[in-house]
Amino acid sequence: MTSQSRKRPFWTIERRDAVAGYAFIAPQLIGTLVFVLFPLALVFWYSLHEWNVLANSFNFVGDANYQQLLRDPSLPKVLTASAVFSAGLVVLNMSLALLLAILLDQKLRGMVIFRTLFFSPVVVSLVAWTIVWSFLLQNNGGINGFLQMFGVTGPNWLRNPETAMLSVIVVQVFKNVGLNMILFLAALQGVPKELYEAARVDGASPFKQFRRITVPMISPTILLTSIITIVGSLQVFAQIAVLTQGGPGVSTTVLVYYLYQQAFQFHFFGYGSTLSILLFLIVAVLTFAQWQLRKRIVFYEN
Amino acid sequence: MKTELSPRVKVALYGLMCVLLIPFVFPTWWMVTSSVKPISDIFAFPPDLWPRRFDWTTYGKVFELQPFAQQYWNSAYIAAVVTLGTMVFSSMAGYAFARIKFPGANLLFTIVLLGLLIPSEVTIVPLFQMFLKWGMINTHWPLILVPIFGAPSVFATFVMRQFFIALPGELEEAARVDGLGRFKIFWIIALPLAKPALGAVAIFTFLHSWNLYLEPIVFISARNMFTLPQALTQFTDAYGGAMWNIQMAAATMTALPVLAVFIIAQKQFVEGLAHTGLKG
Repeated sequence: MTSQSRKRPFWTIERRDAVAGYAFIAPQLIGTLVFVLFPLALVFWYSLHEWNVLANSFNFVGDANYQQLLRDPSLPKVLTASAVFSAGLVVLNMSLALLLAILLDQKLRGMVIFRTLFFSPVVVSLVAWTIVWSFLLQNNGGINGFLQMFGVTGPNWLRNPETAMLSVIVVQVFKNVGLNMILFLAALQGVPKELYEAARVDGASPFKQFRRITVPMISPTILLTSIITIVGSLQVFAQIAVLTQGGPGVSTTVLVYYLYQQAFQFHFFGYGSTLSILLFLIVAVLTFAQWQLRKRIVFYEN
Repeated sequence: MKTELSPRVKVALYGLMCVLLIPFVFPTWWMVTSSVKPISDIFAFPPDLWPRRFDWTTYGKVFELQPFAQQYWNSAYIAAVVTLGTMVFSSMAGYAFARIKFPGANLLFTIVLLGLLIPSEVTIVPLFQMFLKWGMINTHWPLILVPIFGAPSVFATFVMRQFFIALPGELEEAARVDGLGRFKIFWIIALPLAKPALGAVAIFTFLHSWNLYLEPIVFISARNMFTLPQALTQFTDAYGGAMWNIQMAAATMTALPVLAVFIIAQKQFVEGLAHTGLKG
């Protein structure tokens, strides 16, 4: 052994650390490669094929599935339904979450109880929650029963194209709004109190304080929650499957539900894969756009 | 905004909040009370806030119509395995990405983060083919492997990394001087400090697994392999009509235990979620 190598053993702290680093990330990295990125490559490969499961045929067809996508008469309706669902959900969810957070931020007794109750649907099993609402929204169900007591004849909520979409959105809003409410509440409580005191000294009205102080200070949270909410809204499936099965007609058939029908009910795996690519692109573009927006409009970052 | 409110304003705020509470609380109430109504009273008019007659046989019928105990066990053990696995893998990866310097760390982190853009709804078709090839259709493997390594676990890794980045470095340096290796530093020093973040990850992961619906209906068709969300939709009569009271009994048994745990531990629940990497 030379004196050189005695001074610098092969296993330096840096080398040992590097090995530890790779070992620590290996499960997550390999898992992501096998169960996320490799399937993404496969779904693109499938989308270039005509795949009939029943006839056991798998033929390369180039962009034929993408041509079909452009000609599919249902697709504009499906995309419209997705857009209406996502937009309705985000607007209702964010405004209700902000309202509830502001209410819970007031100095009143018993706020923990209200907070707990508003949050409680988040921990109720999604399908259980949806089934209860499905029960309530039946034509002769609880909601129309209570309306009848006040002499109002309610619509057949889930069988009527106009009210079916509204019902699906509202059921989802009440299920998950507690999550955004908690994030908004944490953000509101993080706004320095001195700002409000200074504004009051200057004679700013509560509304002006809200617009000029609260909104800019919590804007990072507003953006973050809107990203989570929009991307989450694109994944809605169980609620549609339980409440409306995409109906009446295709009025509540959102993209994921359409993809499921094409691939697993009609066995068009090639076309289903093409719809998956479309879903992926929408998620990617929305996420990217919102991160760009974050750089531009968010006033305050910690 | 934080001035003492006048009594009149207080009453108005309490009133507003009580009205707003209705759609959050009433469905759970309706679920529990309807689960013990006889089928003839289920659509009674005017609606009964409290059952006029009780029929407790609905709960027994849940177990007669479905292997419900087995399905309950399926959901519970799958959620437990997924939660535990995600906590282990995401805390290890999050720690390494935050605290260990190694070549290519940034590139590898970006690759893992890509997983956030790819929910399993996008990859469900190839996942089905992969599990078909591996003979794992009608087993619970897909319901365990996909969440442990898919988008939810990537999110968990991100949360853990954000937490470990904020950890002061002095503690680790001291441990290092004492001759501790990386794994021991992680296990003895860093991980115990990460309890709040781990708690948030555990809650998110558990709820995600517990609520999973698309994956089970794609991968599983045998009744005794069903998970709860799948089983809940199966309580129909010979004509496909829903047996509402039995369905409500099954839904109550699915929802109430988690709800009870939440109410007992709501402080840790809510604050854990609010004070982790989610804060923006």
